[in-house]
Amino acid sequence: MTELYDAPVAARDDDAPVIDAQDIRIWYGSERGPVKAVDGVSFSLRKGEILGLVGESGCGKSTIGRGLLGLLPPGAEMDGALRFKGEDLLALPKKEMFAKRGAELGMIFQEPLTRLNPLMRISEHFEETLRTHEKSIGKEEIQRRALEVLRLMGIPPTRYRSYPHEFSGGMRQRLMIALALVLRPAFVVADEPTTALDVLVEAQIIRILHSLRSEFETSLLLITHNLGIIAEACDRVAVMYAGEIVEIGDAREVFSDPQHPYTRELLRSTISLSTTGLSFIPGAPPDLVNPPTGCHFHPRCPDAMNICATRHPVQHEMPNGTRVQCWAADLAHGRAPDLTEDDTAPLVREEISVADEA
Amino acid sequence: MLNRLLAPFRNTTGLARWILVTGIVITIAFVVMAVFAPWIAPLDFNQQKVDGVKLPKLAAPSDDYWFGTSDQFYDVFSRVIWGARTALVVVTLSVLFSVLIGVPLGLISGFVGGWTDRMLVFVMDALYAFPTLLLAIVFSFLLRDALGGGVTAAALSLTVIYIPQYFRVVRNTTVSARESTYVEAARAIGAKNSSIMGRYLFGNVIQSVPVIGTLNAADAIGTLAALGFLGFGIQPNEASEWGYDLNRALDDASSGIWWTALFPGLAIVFLITGLTLVGEGLNETVNPSLRKRRIRKVEMPPNEPTTALVEGRTR
Amino acid sequence: MQTKRDVTATGESLVDIRDLEVHFELRGGMFKRLLGMDTGTVKAVDGVNISLKRGEVLGLVGESGSGKTTLGRAMLGLARSSKGSITYHERGGEGQTRERVVSQLKGADLRSLRTDLQMVFQDPNAALNPSMTIEAAVGHPLKIHGIAKGEELRPRVAAALERVGLAPAEQFMSKYPADLSGGQKQRAVIARAIILDPEVLVADEPVSMLDMSVRAKILQLMVDLKKDLGLTYVYITHDLASAKFFCDRIAIMYLGRVVEIGPTEEIFADPKHPYTKALLKAIPEPDPNKMVPRDLPRGEIPDAAKPPLGCSFHPRCPEAVAECGWESRDLRVLLEEHWTRQETTSYEEEQALVGSLDRLDDPQKTVTLGSGADSARVRGLLDRIRQENPSEPLWTGVDEISETGDGVEVRFHQGFDPELRPSGGVEVACVLHPKPVTVEPYRSE
Repeated sequence: MTELYDAPVAARDDDAPVIDAQDIRIWYGSERGPVKAVDGVSFSLRKGEILGLVGESGCGKSTIGRGLLGLLPPGAEMDGALRFKGEDLLALPKKEMFAKRGAELGMIFQEPLTRLNPLMRISEHFEETLRTHEKSIGKEEIQRRALEVLRLMGIPPTRYRSYPHEFSGGMRQRLMIALALVLRPAFVVADEPTTALDVLVEAQIIRILHSLRSEFETSLLLITHNLGIIAEACDRVAVMYAGEIVEIGDAREVFSDPQHPYTRELLRSTISLSTTGLSFIPGAPPDLVNPPTGCHFHPRCPDAMNICATRHPVQHEMPNGTRVQCWAADLAHGRAPDLTEDDTAPLVREEISVADEA
Repeated sequence: MLNRLLAPFRNTTGLARWILVTGIVITIAFVVMAVFAPWIAPLDFNQQKVDGVKLPKLAAPSDDYWFGTSDQFYDVFSRVIWGARTALVVVTLSVLFSVLIGVPLGLISGFVGGWTDRMLVFVMDALYAFPTLLLAIVFSFLLRDALGGGVTAAALSLTVIYIPQYFRVVRNTTVSARESTYVEAARAIGAKNSSIMGRYLFGNVIQSVPVIGTLNAADAIGTLAALGFLGFGIQPNEASEWGYDLNRALDDASSGIWWTALFPGLAIVFLITGLTLVGEGLNETVNPSLRKRRIRKVEMPPNEPTTALVEGRTR
Repeated sequence: MQTKRDVTATGESLVDIRDLEVHFELRGGMFKRLLGMDTGTVKAVDGVNISLKRGEVLGLVGESGSGKTTLGRAMLGLARSSKGSITYHERGGEGQTRERVVSQLKGADLRSLRTDLQMVFQDPNAALNPSMTIEAAVGHPLKIHGIAKGEELRPRVAAALERVGLAPAEQFMSKYPADLSGGQKQRAVIARAIILDPEVLVADEPVSMLDMSVRAKILQLMVDLKKDLGLTYVYITHDLASAKFFCDRIAIMYLGRVVEIGPTEEIFADPKHPYTKALLKAIPEPDPNKMVPRDLPRGEIPDAAKPPLGCSFHPRCPEAVAECGWESRDLRVLLEEHWTRQETTSYEEEQALVGSLDRLDDPQKTVTLGSGADSARVRGLLDRIRQENPSEPLWTGVDEISETGDGVEVRFHQGFDPELRPSGGVEVACVLHPKPVTVEPYRSE
């Protein structure tokens, strides 16, 4: 039964993006050379908007999530431009970044049980969170705010003094979300928040995430590998492959009219209730130390042309509003006027050996 | 295969690597001393005469006798060198025996569980609670009649002390590994229990054994010396032993004779230190939670804009 | 490896599961164990009757705690059955069958069954021994059962590897699991399972830990193997979408029981059990025009050690009726839900009125709230709650509310634990099915 589609957030006067990321790169050092986990990612988020970041393992989506919050492990280098409400996050000294985390930048993780201290009651968790950012806050005020946000998450006040292990999986995730939101951060990163949960509970949590925009006006970056969740919960979606965003745009547009071959193949290979035949993408995700030349997807792309192996495509906007980096899409919509016959001839490549199949 | 062994080693950061290297260098020096003793040592360990002439008694270090001589007309330098051989042989044997007994017991106990496990854990904990030196002395007594006062007896006296450590570590690792999916998979393909223990669990539960082995060896050197000091260790006519020499040197100290005590003492200290460094270094290398990934610096070339509507360029 | 004829489901029963129960002892808290008190049992599988037919793909679908994984393991003898039986009809030479009661076999007898009943595991990273090469791991079953050894192993292992798509086999033989990708590891696990040429393959969530684009590859492999090797599958999953694609018959499980079982088309075309309906609605589809449905069951899977009275699904069921087994714990949930909608001040007042909710944790058909003095106000509270949401199913289960000297007594109707009954092509365990046939009064024209 289809429900009314919630209208996407309309453009408003105070429309400056909450998060504006330009050309973010995150590289790790390794024996063989730098691992380009994220290699030139740009996006922006407005107030109350939910952007879904989807891709398979190794595409860099979790890395970006952590990078935005300054939670990268030592040895990772990040560069590019990252502005949060106009302020340059990359230039901030560590102490200020620490202060921002929790209060203005929130994070929701995948496994709630491992992120909660089993020896502390819920009330103590809230006390710790609130006191870290507002040193002189009183106990009643803490309780008031905590109960308020718990109520919004559907957690009864009778549980305020319970321990984390007394909660079930779904309630723990709601608890995590409550803790992340109690300080009303403007921007929250949710990294695979429902992957460890059952289907029915997953649906409950997605509802909650969805309601965040109206209750809290939070901007949410939802990172997941599950396309169904993206379709249900997000206003816009960015598809990542090998450390880059290959397609980004309004969720309805991307799903109904995908422009990038990877997006198309990903949608086709997703098994849903309407699947009648199996299809999959041959080959395996590329090595991030030495990605393929030109477009990183070309060895596996059904629409690959000669130019795809030599020159990296540039992101262009398509007629339906999505931004894509793909020569074939450019060609189809007249964005690449000076490609030669030779450039556009289909790419002849050696068959992907069975040994390279994932 | 060699690459796999050396890979974690190559990934160590400064401090851990220096610890390991220093320890290895020291230990190897002693190993060389032990192996090549007949060639390095000018005299035999219980040689009191050279060409029929008795050695001077308690002579100070000189060109003839680098470390001086002892009150029993022995050359201290030679005894230190031969002592290295004794120490390393005894310690290697005892650690080897401990491993051969402790590891399989731990594996079986952890896998089988139940009353067997409880009994063995109880016995091992009791053994572990005993003061090590006391235990060694007791066993030394017991074995003296059967095996005499030589290297084997000393090694066996030390063996029992260290069995509980291997038992405990291997048993605990086995208990957690026993629940892994690959063990269940082994059952699913019909493997017998002995096969599961030997082929599936064994390789995965012994990672800590080398570390414990080296640290045990370090401890064993000290215990052996203590036994020798107290007179329970290797008898002087069997082999040269540093602890025994220290005991003989006690009286000398009051007369201002320092060389009979200093050099054996230094030998003990250095060898123990060397082995401990190897053990700790290995721990840092092999233990993934302690291992600090070697952080490699990343140089990023200047950023080329990707969103500008500029024609594509070669990456 | 020979290719058998594709064995289509012939209706011949391969494995019979009768009244199966698998219990696990709970390790209670420290005190309970010290004092030797009863620490509770979890009935992971609580009375299951299924016949696995030769050549079919039977899906066991459920969420965590449904017992599907335990059932799969019990079928192979990897989990000990506490009650009931599992019988495997082994095909001997000349078409005879021999009955082997798996649930009673031990030791070498049980191990001999492994040539016929095999398993594919969920986590490819954990299912392979990290210190064995692929060749050793995949060849080990042959060694164990004495089918081949030494030099004979290599060609058979190579054949198995090629069969699962790890080709050229030589490239993979000497590798360790750590060198392979997730999909490749899972293929190796499948190779190890089929090298003994089994009859039945129990696949426990074989693709749920793999990426989307790799899932299809492995599922396709399983489909091909079924055709080529004449396998019968038990496919355990929480993903209804892949179950719909792959399975002939599906059993929906909840808290150790089968709540609905039938042919795939029937289940999806006309789901009957409220839980099945909820699962279908809740599947996230990659279609942005579909929003999250609003009328999903509330709450989560209950504690299996103390399951709800009556039908285990009733506390969450949007279609529950009077005889579904209402009890005191449902009243607690009702009160707590009410309080999540209240302001803190009214919550505190009402909470003081009702007193501690802990006495509601002991499952009872009759329970008393509040104390003698305030029974009128407690009654008023209950009435208010009812007015807020009159369609709450709990109220259908209330038999009587009366004010006694000790407070307000709430009595619920007697509940029933429904059995699987046939209803329109499937079997359902729900008091609502089969739907009573209403006889229209004869109308004369």
